[in-house]
Amino acid sequence: MARAPHRDWRYVGLVALGGACGSLARVLVGAWTTYLTVPLVAAFPAAADAILWFPLGTLTVNVLGAFALGYLLEALARRGRETVRRRKIRLGIGTGVLGGFTTYSALALDTQSLLFPHGMPWIAVLYVLLTLVGGTAACLGGVALAARVDRTRRRNR
Amino acid sequence: MIHLPALDLLFFAVGGGLGAAARFVVDGEIRSRHRGGFPWGTVVVNVTGSFLIGLFSTLAATLTRLAVADDVAALVQYSLMVGLCGGFTTFSTSTVESVRLAQSGRLHLALGNTLGTLVATVVAVALGIGVGTAVGSLFL
Repeated sequence: MARAPHRDWRYVGLVALGGACGSLARVLVGAWTTYLTVPLVAAFPAAADAILWFPLGTLTVNVLGAFALGYLLEALARRGRETVRRRKIRLGIGTGVLGGFTTYSALALDTQSLLFPHGMPWIAVLYVLLTLVGGTAACLGGVALAARVDRTRRRNR
Repeated sequence: MIHLPALDLLFFAVGGGLGAAARFVVDGEIRSRHRGGFPWGTVVVNVTGSFLIGLFSTLAATLTRLAVADDVAALVQYSLMVGLCGGFTTFSTSTVESVRLAQSGRLHLALGNTLGTLVATVVAVALGIGVGTAVGSLFL
């Protein structure tokens, strides 16, 4: 039997490369989303604290990443048997880029710090709900879109 | 307003790459040992990574006590938190795994994965901060 991919250094290297790109994109998206908060704070100065502490960057990457991974894995599954090329796409883009783009540790850390040191439990609840419900809905949306694209592709063949 | 020097970005990328590779290996090893329907690999990765981000969140303060320059201490702390822990843990895979459990009719396992991971990771962060603070206080 062939060696499992996670014990093959070429696949591990591919995941590392994808993870580096995904993490860089996560940091950049996070930085850009802070620009969105400037007009929000200007419009609602009374809620400035809540707006500034809200982890908008992490929410954005996690919901986008859940959509993209739902789409990618469903699209690959619908193509049939996993070829070497499809495995490289699944591991490089899925496990690497999208795995590194999204994060759970920042979600947990921000939730913990909103709950305890900052004492903003309602912001924590809102953040968690938007992440979990939004992420699940986005993932289902990605799966549904891939199914639709696949049906169109089969019909036109 | 936002200050992201190239060196910081390089450290975040390297940390993220190492974290993602570590996730792939750890998840693969757990997966090959545990052939049930439940995605234990991702749960273990996310809970461990959350403990580590809590631990590392106290690191700069400890390093500063050990006479490490402030900017170096901050770079080390954020490279480990944003890069390594960020790349190691994953929300997208966890969400896809919950959706797959739900689609296969195991709704209770899907909900258990979604809510259980959240609660376990938040507790792990608190534990990490506690351990990091306790270790840091040894250098006072």
